[in-house]
Amino acid sequence: MKAILEVKQLVKKYGDFTAVDGISFDIMEGEIFSLLGPNGAGKTTTISMLSTLYIPTSGEAVIGGHSVTKEPMAVRNLIGVVPQDLALYEDLTARENLAFWGQMYGLSGKTLNARIEQVLEQIGLVDKAKDRVKTYSGGMKRRVNIGVGLLHKPKLLFMDEPTVGIDPQSRRLILDSVKELNKQGMTVLYTTHYMEEAEELSDRVGIMDNGKLIALGTQAELTKQVGEMETLILHVGENDDPERLAVALRSLKMVRKADVTDHTVSVIVPEAEQALAPAVTRANELGIKIHSVDMREPNLEAVFLHLTGKALRD
Amino acid sequence: MRKLLLIAFKDLKLIFRDKAALTFMLLAPFLLTLGLGLVTGAYGSSGSSGISQIKIIIVNQDSGQLGQALVDLFQSAGLADLVAPTLVSDPLTARAQIDANAAVAAVIVPAGFTDNIIPANYQAPAADILQIEIYKNPLSPVSAGVIQSIVEEFISRVETGRVGGQVIVTQLLSAGLIAPDQVSAIAAEMGQLQANSVDQAPAISLQAAQSGPAQKAFNPMAYMAPGMALMFLMFTVSNGGRSILAEQARGTLPRLLVSPTNSAQVLIGKIFGVYVTGVIQMLILIVTCSLLFNIQWGNPLGILVLILAAVFAATGWGMLITSIARTPGQVGNIGTAIMLTFGILGGTFIQNSFMPGWFQIVSKITPNAWGLDGFTTLGLGGSLVDLGRPLLGLAVMGIALFVVSILIFSRRSFAQK
Ligand SMILES: Nc1ncnc2c1ncn2[C@@H]1O[C@H](COP(=O)(O)OP(=O)(O)OP(=O)(O)O)[C@@H](O)[C@H]1O
Ligand SMILES: [Mg+2]
Repeated sequence: MKAILEVKQLVKKYGDFTAVDGISFDIMEGEIFSLLGPNGAGKTTTISMLSTLYIPTSGEAVIGGHSVTKEPMAVRNLIGVVPQDLALYEDLTARENLAFWGQMYGLSGKTLNARIEQVLEQIGLVDKAKDRVKTYSGGMKRRVNIGVGLLHKPKLLFMDEPTVGIDPQSRRLILDSVKELNKQGMTVLYTTHYMEEAEELSDRVGIMDNGKLIALGTQAELTKQVGEMETLILHVGENDDPERLAVALRSLKMVRKADVTDHTVSVIVPEAEQALAPAVTRANELGIKIHSVDMREPNLEAVFLHLTGKALRD
Repeated sequence: MRKLLLIAFKDLKLIFRDKAALTFMLLAPFLLTLGLGLVTGAYGSSGSSGISQIKIIIVNQDSGQLGQALVDLFQSAGLADLVAPTLVSDPLTARAQIDANAAVAAVIVPAGFTDNIIPANYQAPAADILQIEIYKNPLSPVSAGVIQSIVEEFISRVETGRVGGQVIVTQLLSAGLIAPDQVSAIAAEMGQLQANSVDQAPAISLQAAQSGPAQKAFNPMAYMAPGMALMFLMFTVSNGGRSILAEQARGTLPRLLVSPTNSAQVLIGKIFGVYVTGVIQMLILIVTCSLLFNIQWGNPLGILVLILAAVFAATGWGMLITSIARTPGQVGNIGTAIMLTFGILGGTFIQNSFMPGWFQIVSKITPNAWGLDGFTTLGLGGSLVDLGRPLLGLAVMGIALFVVSILIFSRRSFAQK
């Protein structure tokens, strides 16, 4: 397999602040690669450099053999970009938006019209194509936003958190079409802070935090990093102090790690089921009420927790 | 090039779907022209309402026929509706009354005017020609303008008569057909004849002096309309500039920059869109106004070239504002301020000729002043060749502004949202 994208020691600084801190990875032709990371991890900044929008402070990225800094035009012809925030003309209709952006990618005439119809089909907006985008729901706008990135059938598609803040139906449609596009041969770089999406879609995942790529590999490879550990998640009452529970649980022998986010305590243990009884007992002793309990097999969330000591979502 | 045009075309489409922008671009200048036109003067040249009974003061210090002819003209039945003249003997009193806003203008015919124009004996024409003075009230520019045009018309008739008279008299003399002592009487007769003919001319029409055959009906809207159009042109260009920063903030500009379109194409496309919008706005306003207010704009080619130049200079201002502003809102605010300032400086509300010298000099930084200069020239019957000054002024202004704003643009990045 051939790499379509090679990133070497990419750095982006905003003044003194380092948003992307020397990341390196490759994406193979035909794969879906996810960058998973919490808010502010540097995902968008990375995509902006790869799509020739920002000039890297240092480092280099090569797409299809072309340097993003030295041959930006060649790179732009190969890539499609679906920006995190909607970038559409709200006073144009969906069809007019697609037509305009298609022309910006050099499409015209019959090819353009055919592609517009195909894409409208793909994003499920054939019926609404004549309406101005400003009349659309959030999910529909997101779909047009994605459609624009697909028009010219890019070899490599960047999708920056394309499912943020939308209804489950639109999200399903988007995830399915990403898989479909990939089947048709499109390579995808997908960023998200939803572990489930990364798990469902990706061949390989890069985990980003604070501008650094802290883990990289297939899901199996990554989950191995947490060993055979499982996660026990305890949801406590609003008025209880989860930190007290976490402190108590850390003294248990089987507990490797116990972290608090909001009203949950995430405990990493070799066997979640075995840890349940002692955990509930401790909570009882402290007078802390446990609302519900989740048990997770090793997953990316656990990997993130393991690597950073914090939960993926805020 | 194709993409550049596509970007400009997209912007045109967007602006013509933006009701708020259209209101400012087209409706506001149109309504203001109508409103101010009604307040300050006649609506159209055909109606009998509008400007009427213009109070003027005539001081006739001339003892000859021409002074009397002018007085007769203003008192004639033909002008009775339009002008309400009062005779006063002392110029100082007359001026004082104007200053006190008691009348619109004082027409002062100096002593010896007739003799100066038509010498008593045949002799070389006086080197120093005495002038009829029109002392105008700046508060009534349009009405004063009417009076001025009537006087100018009178003078140009007399002038024609004088030149014609001299030629004829000279020919008669050299042919030995008349004796020298008859010359003065004949010449005076001719002058009288010519001056009287003013009576027969349409009362409020102005035969453009010497320059051409164009006939222009006097109409205050003819001054108001281009002034308003130019003022709201400044809205269009700053609104266009605003859209550059708005596209940056909304992410469509960065999206354009990651498509295989280079940034120069994007920026020039946007600017070209602004330019074309401005030209279309001006054309719509001018055509509408000429249909509804019966305004004669003058030489069509001249108008077109003038519009192209004025919009170019105005777009330059739009770009300068955009290049120094940080946010779309800032462009909007600075744009509005500049629109009003330029409107006043450029003579939209009060003709610049009534303003002090420094004001007129400062007004030259506005496309409005140059543009109005051009429109007035054309309206008075001038053609493309007479537009040299305003066209040069506008072109130089546009080029300078574009150079400066491109230098500033090139130092900032449109990549970041
Ligand atoms: N133009 C900028 N100037 C200064 N700092 C910036 C700029 N853009 C981003 N940052 C900072 O860089 C860091 C990385 O931002 P980035 O948008 O790349 O994160 P992200 O992973 O995409 O986050 P999110 O999930 O919220 O989209 C953040 O701390 C952000 O505040
Ligand atoms: Mg982001």
